[in-house]
Amino acid sequence: MTALDFTTHTIPLEGKSKISAKNVNLWYGEKQALHNINLEVGENQVTALIGPSGCGKSTFLRCLNRMNDTIPSCRIQGDISIDGDDIYAQSLDVVHLRARVGMVFQKPNPFPKSIFDNVAYGPRLHGLSESKDHLEHIVKSSLERAGLWKEVSDRLLSPGTGLSGGQQQRLCIARAIAVSPEVILMDEPCSALDPIATAKVEELIDELRENFTIAIVTHSMQQAARVSQRTAFFHLGVLVENGPTEGIFTSPIDKRTQDYVTGRFG
Amino acid sequence: MADNHTVSAFDQELNALKTKVLRMGGIAEANVAAAIQAIVRRDKALADRTISSDQRIDVFDGEISELVTRLLALRQPMAVDLRFIVGTLKIATDLERIGDYAKNIAKRTTAIGTAVPTQPMHAIPRMGEMVLGMVKDVLDSLSAEDVEKAVAVRDRDAILDELYNSVFRELLTYMMEDPRTITGCTHLLFIAKNLERIGDHATNMAEAVYYIVTGKRMHADRPKADVTAEISDPSQVA
Repeated sequence: MTALDFTTHTIPLEGKSKISAKNVNLWYGEKQALHNINLEVGENQVTALIGPSGCGKSTFLRCLNRMNDTIPSCRIQGDISIDGDDIYAQSLDVVHLRARVGMVFQKPNPFPKSIFDNVAYGPRLHGLSESKDHLEHIVKSSLERAGLWKEVSDRLLSPGTGLSGGQQQRLCIARAIAVSPEVILMDEPCSALDPIATAKVEELIDELRENFTIAIVTHSMQQAARVSQRTAFFHLGVLVENGPTEGIFTSPIDKRTQDYVTGRFG
Repeated sequence: MADNHTVSAFDQELNALKTKVLRMGGIAEANVAAAIQAIVRRDKALADRTISSDQRIDVFDGEISELVTRLLALRQPMAVDLRFIVGTLKIATDLERIGDYAKNIAKRTTAIGTAVPTQPMHAIPRMGEMVLGMVKDVLDSLSAEDVEKAVAVRDRDAILDELYNSVFRELLTYMMEDPRTITGCTHLLFIAKNLERIGDHATNMAEAVYYIVTGKRMHADRPKADVTAEISDPSQVA
């Protein structure tokens, strides 16, 4: 096996950076899963993280709201900050962090509760609503922003698990945005959805960009190309290349990126 | 270029596309050469063969469009593959136009008759040789993914333009001296213009090759030296 190539090609971010990762290294036990990652996630942009399985893209995404804390063997080094706030600082409240940085997973995972309660869960937990009316307003506007309101407004009290897969995923997005996060992390949000449901979620991602910063892990390069403004390509735990999405898919700089996006390995 | 894809059928399709474009280019090049021969030798039979051969180029053009459409739809190509596929589509369009110019030149074989004095005729093979060199080299540059060769083709276009300017002036002089040569010289003028346009298409192709291989645009300072559009006063001719 040839030695790992640690080169990173970065075309600097234009505009404001929301999340800044500096020299991030991560180990699962003895195994190093991320090697010296330096990445800026632009505010009100969609940043796509792509790469073959096991390249570290999901691991990196999970660093951004400290989801890796739950894995006992996981050890992380380096600095990650959101708007300049160190998210690994001792004083930081992880629950508060996860309210600032919401997450949507691969498989839609609504709570076994009503549609209303699914969306109201976060605002209740964080004490965000002042009154019943206010809570209803939050639920309605979250469902509207997730593009689901018209489909569910007449059955808010039926279980969220009774919706179709695509609707469930949009419900999860509504649940994530109900607590007004600044950042939304998405880990392959469309991989369990059919093409029409996928298109709806992609349309939604593009709309959400106005108010949120989004980082999305996806196995579909076409999806990365469609929804993101910037793309970061990971390979073997190394950030190989990151820059404007168009460049990654039309004229990548690194041969590893070229080989991956053209389907020469993976 | 077309190697080592996880899906090997994609490699085969890309190779098939490249072969088709190069074969189409070979025919276009041969037709230009034949058209010039036909003019120089006043060879009507050769001209007719050249005219009918243009159909083969059109068939290739259609096949390449179909293949490109299919590859875009079924393979969703990225990066160098995408640039190659889109680039070949552009190149096929340029080759199709080159074929049309060759046909147009061949058609003038009869019309030109014996009305033209031998002297101005010399300019045509001179331009032809240069144009053929450009077409041949740009096809080679595509075949070998040779960027330097592509740049050299582009740079030669300025020399071709200058040659065309001098032919233009020369023909105007002949026509002013002896109005009986106007018909023949006008045909020669069109032929020269067609050759100059073929050079422009070869240049387009060179730029496409450059983009396919490097992912960057060839620097914009393309030499442009055809000034005949500005010549109106015969006193400027000399």
